[in-house]
Amino acid sequence: MDAIILLTLTGLGLAALYFLVASGLSLVFGLADVLNFAHGLFLGVGAYATWWAAGNLPGAGPDGLGFVVAVAFGVAAGTLMAVLVELVLIRPLYSRTIEQVLVTVGLSLAGVALLQATWGADARPFPRPAWTREVTSIFGAQVPNGGLLLIVAATLVLGGILAFLRWTRYGLIIRAGVENREMVTALGIDVRKAFTLVFAIGGAAAALAGALGSVYFGTVSPQQGGSLLIFAFIVVVIGGMGSVVGSAYAAVAVGLLQQFVNYYGTSGLGDICVVALLAVVLLLRPQGIAGKAVTA
Amino acid sequence: MTEVKSPEVPAPPAAVPSELIEESGRWGRLRRFLPLVALAVALILPYSTLHLPGIFEGALNSPGTLQLLAVCLIFGGLAAGYDLLFGRTGMLSFGHALYFAAGVYGTDILITRVGLPLWQAAPLAIVGGTILAGLLGAVALRTVGIAFAMVTLAFAQVGAILVARDFGGLTGGEEGLPLDVAGLPDGLVGVANTVNLYWLALAYLVVVVLVVHRVSGSPTGRVLAGLRDDERRIGVLGLDPYRFKLVAFTLAGGLAAAGGVVYCLIVGGASPHITGSELTLSLLVMVVLGGPGTRWGPVLGGILYMYLDHRLVSFGTSDAVDALPAFLSRPLSEPLFVLGTIFILAVYFFPGGLASLAPRLSLLRDTLRLGTRRQG
Repeated sequence: MDAIILLTLTGLGLAALYFLVASGLSLVFGLADVLNFAHGLFLGVGAYATWWAAGNLPGAGPDGLGFVVAVAFGVAAGTLMAVLVELVLIRPLYSRTIEQVLVTVGLSLAGVALLQATWGADARPFPRPAWTREVTSIFGAQVPNGGLLLIVAATLVLGGILAFLRWTRYGLIIRAGVENREMVTALGIDVRKAFTLVFAIGGAAAALAGALGSVYFGTVSPQQGGSLLIFAFIVVVIGGMGSVVGSAYAAVAVGLLQQFVNYYGTSGLGDICVVALLAVVLLLRPQGIAGKAVTA
Repeated sequence: MTEVKSPEVPAPPAAVPSELIEESGRWGRLRRFLPLVALAVALILPYSTLHLPGIFEGALNSPGTLQLLAVCLIFGGLAAGYDLLFGRTGMLSFGHALYFAAGVYGTDILITRVGLPLWQAAPLAIVGGTILAGLLGAVALRTVGIAFAMVTLAFAQVGAILVARDFGGLTGGEEGLPLDVAGLPDGLVGVANTVNLYWLALAYLVVVVLVVHRVSGSPTGRVLAGLRDDERRIGVLGLDPYRFKLVAFTLAGGLAAAGGVVYCLIVGGASPHITGSELTLSLLVMVVLGGPGTRWGPVLGGILYMYLDHRLVSFGTSDAVDALPAFLSRPLSEPLFVLGTIFILAVYFFPGGLASLAPRLSLLRDTLRLGTRRQG
């Protein structure tokens, strides 16, 4: 029983990490049709900016309020990076999807190499508050606090994004744009402003995932973003592209499946089950759990 | 927006296949023989003791240089095979590394673990890689466009996990699996015989180029080009897009597996980094740098990319770079940073890749020569 509760909660922690990365990817893809390979870079920038701020930024530190400031700095850096990428690199290629994908591929290669050149290829210990290293006892299971922090953060982000989409004017434009971009443009609304906004939201969520994920793992390395990104892609496809709620469901399914199979089966088998799940979903329901139909 | 936006593959811009364009003028007739000249140069290269300081470290026929050249040729062939999917059919696959890795690990495991001789292991690995491509392609092709890209990426990721976690103790996990040379013919073993591996790589490149050109020039090739430009139109003509795409996918997978066999012999084993998505991404970079859908672009792109990837490491540690301030010298010593940046710039400023440079330059030359007369 303890093991099941522990696995459920750590699985949800993993799901939270996937959701933070996948929500931005899904929105960006749904609205702008950009498959963003540079999303892992936003995650890396967030993690390294937090790491840097905790050691160097006045007022920030590895503990208490200072840690909040460090994470805020990391999220701001990730957001800034995402907005710059959209304005400088993606926008000139508006509606040329293939070139946009290629540019983000090049950016992910060059950006990770740049992180590696600056801070070295090896994983570095991440400064984290003492309480995140401890465990909380929930119904007898010893759950690491870093995972719980991720779950809380992802729930808040999910609520925030849903509220933003539902009750604000820009949220309405984004929802309408995912549904039918041409119609929104025909109504005289500049969809490109919404693109920048969606990139900013996605970049912020990914940077938060980078910072809190590094707290969870205890280290930060340039390649961290790349391996998470592949599972985030799977989550986006299973959830349905453009749907934030679908991403949340899919992230929970993927995280729990991976954690349980990896524990009760061989290590690595869970990852393979996730891909099998992807294949099954695509065969039975190609548009994903909550997605609009991808095929015409 | 009057144009109906197709939700399908974000294909590269439509272009007339180069096989169908008649070359004209003296230069055009000469150009037809350029590939033969290049092949002749590649054939006499191992007999030359020329030193090219700065370009290669040793003499041209030294084993180190020949091995680098052989790897470049392999990737030239791989890029040409990948272009069959991306440039000529418009399928954006992010899992091509899987079939290459199937060739590499298949050969290695069959020789080292099972103990088969090379002449049995190599065909088995190629057939296995082709069947794998056919099976996975049959599932993945039920999706289109970006979903297809992600599914192929996910399948390739399973391959990477299988190799890295070392299920059944076959792959050697993170350390890789050195090739057992006892199962090889004597002519392929040892530093002195590097030249034979070079011949093998050259033969692979020639075979891939012949196959790709033969297919693109055939009626099937026209259908593939049609799929790239407008899939629905092919459907309206009564042809089944799914079947043609599966044929292209399987063929490209088989070519990649064959490349894996030769690569395994050249490098003398298998290491897990060849299974990663980075390899597929670099294939994409090679094709785009060279010019997708063009006759020689992908081959040139693959050769140049691998050459730069190897040589930029020594460029990065050279004195000229070390003398620069740290914020410049450190990124420049990362080959992927330099290549990624070149790639991004190429997407903006040379959308057709290397292959588009020659027509552009000749256009510029004509414009300059004819002065004020407008070129149509």
